[in-house]
Amino acid sequence: MRNPQLNKHGELQHLLTLDGLPREVIVSILDHAAPFTEVAEREVKKLPLLRGKSIFNLFFENSTRTRTTFEIAAKRLSADVVNLNVSTSSTAKGESLLDTVDNLCAMQADMFVVRHAASGAPVLIAQHLQATGRDHIHVINAGDGRHAHPTQGLLDMYTIRHYKRDFTRLTVAIVGDVLHSRVARSQIAALTTLGVPELRIIGPRTLLPVGIEKLGARIFHDMREGLRGADVVMMLRLQNERMSGALLPTPQEYFKVWGLTAEKLALAKPDAIVMHPGPLNRGVEIDSAVADGAQAVILPQVTFGIAVRMAVMSMLAGQ
Amino acid sequence: MQFPDAETLCQQLAEQIRPNLQPNTVLIGIRTGGEWLARRLHALLGLEGAPGAIDISFYRDDYGARGLRGPSLRADIPFSIEDAAVILVDDVLYTGRTTRAALNEIFDFGRPASVELAVLVDRGGRELPIAARYCAHTLPEPLPAAQNLQLERTNAGVLTLRLIDA
Repeated sequence: MRNPQLNKHGELQHLLTLDGLPREVIVSILDHAAPFTEVAEREVKKLPLLRGKSIFNLFFENSTRTRTTFEIAAKRLSADVVNLNVSTSSTAKGESLLDTVDNLCAMQADMFVVRHAASGAPVLIAQHLQATGRDHIHVINAGDGRHAHPTQGLLDMYTIRHYKRDFTRLTVAIVGDVLHSRVARSQIAALTTLGVPELRIIGPRTLLPVGIEKLGARIFHDMREGLRGADVVMMLRLQNERMSGALLPTPQEYFKVWGLTAEKLALAKPDAIVMHPGPLNRGVEIDSAVADGAQAVILPQVTFGIAVRMAVMSMLAGQ
Repeated sequence: MQFPDAETLCQQLAEQIRPNLQPNTVLIGIRTGGEWLARRLHALLGLEGAPGAIDISFYRDDYGARGLRGPSLRADIPFSIEDAAVILVDDVLYTGRTTRAALNEIFDFGRPASVELAVLVDRGGRELPIAARYCAHTLPEPLPAAQNLQLERTNAGVLTLRLIDA
C-alpha cells in the first residue's frame, strides 16, 4: 500500500506523521528549510510562493505557539491565513469534523493545518479529501492526540542538525512524560530514521508507554545514568492537562527526581544541547538555570520552527 | 554553433561596466552562473568587499505549475541595498523571467538607487520588456527553445559556455 502522505511520484502530499516517512523525504524537508531561515533577516520578511493560496488553521484544541508559528510561516509565504478556533464554534453546535472540512473546501481552501485531541483526525481528513477527489488540498498535522506532531519533530531534527551536524554519531536522550507525548513519538520516529545510534528514553515507569523499548531505544529509570555522555537532551513537558489517575505524586516530587538541573546536566557531554518543545514548566521538568543557560537551544527551536513549517507548506503547495 | 570564449567575454563585460562605475556600485549575481560571473567581474573591476548572490527560486513565476525544484541556497547580500547602484549579473539573458524574479527579490532587501543588468550572452527569445545595459555578446539569431545555453566552470575555475539540448 502506498504511504498516504506521498503522491504517486513519491512526493509529499500531506504531512501526517514522521513514522514511516522515508529518510530522503525528511532530509529533503530539512534541506529545503535552510534558506527560509534567512528571510527573517530581510527588510521585507515575505516570499511570494503561496500568493493567492488559502490556508485554514483548524485548531480543535488550544495551542498558542504552534498556531502562531504556522500562521507566521504561512504569512511569510504570502498565503491568506484563516484561523478557526473550532472548539468554540461549529463543533460546539454539533457539526461533524468532515462537514466542517467540506464547508471550508467550498470556500476554496488549499491547505488545512489541523490540531485535534483525537489521534488520527488529520489522517481522517486526508483520506476524506482523497476519497472525494480533492488531491489539490493538503493536510498538515499540527498535533493529534497522543499520536504525532510531525512539524515539531522536524524542527527538532533541524535544530540538532544545526548544532551537531551528523546524526550517526550522536547519543540522544529524551526525558520525561513519553506516555502522553505525541512530540516524543515524532522525535523517536525521526531520530531512528536518521540513524541515531544511541537513543535513550528516560522517565518514570508510570509515564512510559508499555512496549516502548520496541521502538529501538534504551530505557532508563535513573535519570543520572541516562544522561551520562549524551550529546542532546530533549526534555518533554509534563502534561498536567492530560493526567488522570495517580501517575505522579506532586510536581515538586517530580522535579526532585526527573527535573533537569545544572548538576544533572553536568553528566552529559560538556557541549550537550538542551531542547524543550515548550511551553516550559519551570521548576517541574526543567530548572530555570538550565532553561536560561548557555546549553539551552529552546528559543532557536522556535525560530527554526518557522523555517521548517515554511518548507513543508511550500513543498506541499508546489505538488 | 561556435561561441566566443567565455573568459574573453568576461573581460569585455568588465570593460563595458568600468566607465560607468559609481562610488555606490554593487554587484549581485544570480545563482549559479551569474554568481561566478559577478565574482569574476568584482575582481576585474577592483571593487571593495564581496559581491552579493541571490537564488531566485522563491520568486519564480512557474512555482504554481512546477513547484520547488530542490532546495535552494540562501540569499547572500553582504551590504545594504538601500540607495545602492545595483548591477544585476547573469550569465545568459533569455526570456527575461529570471531577471523579473531577481528584481522582485532585490526590492525585498531595500530600495536601491538604480538597477542595471549585465549579461555575458543575450540569446534572444524575450517574453518580458527587459534589456541588458551591459552585454558582451548577442547571438545573431535567437536560439531555439529546445536548446539551453549555460555557463560552466571547470575545476580550475575557467568559465566556458556550453550548448545542451533541453
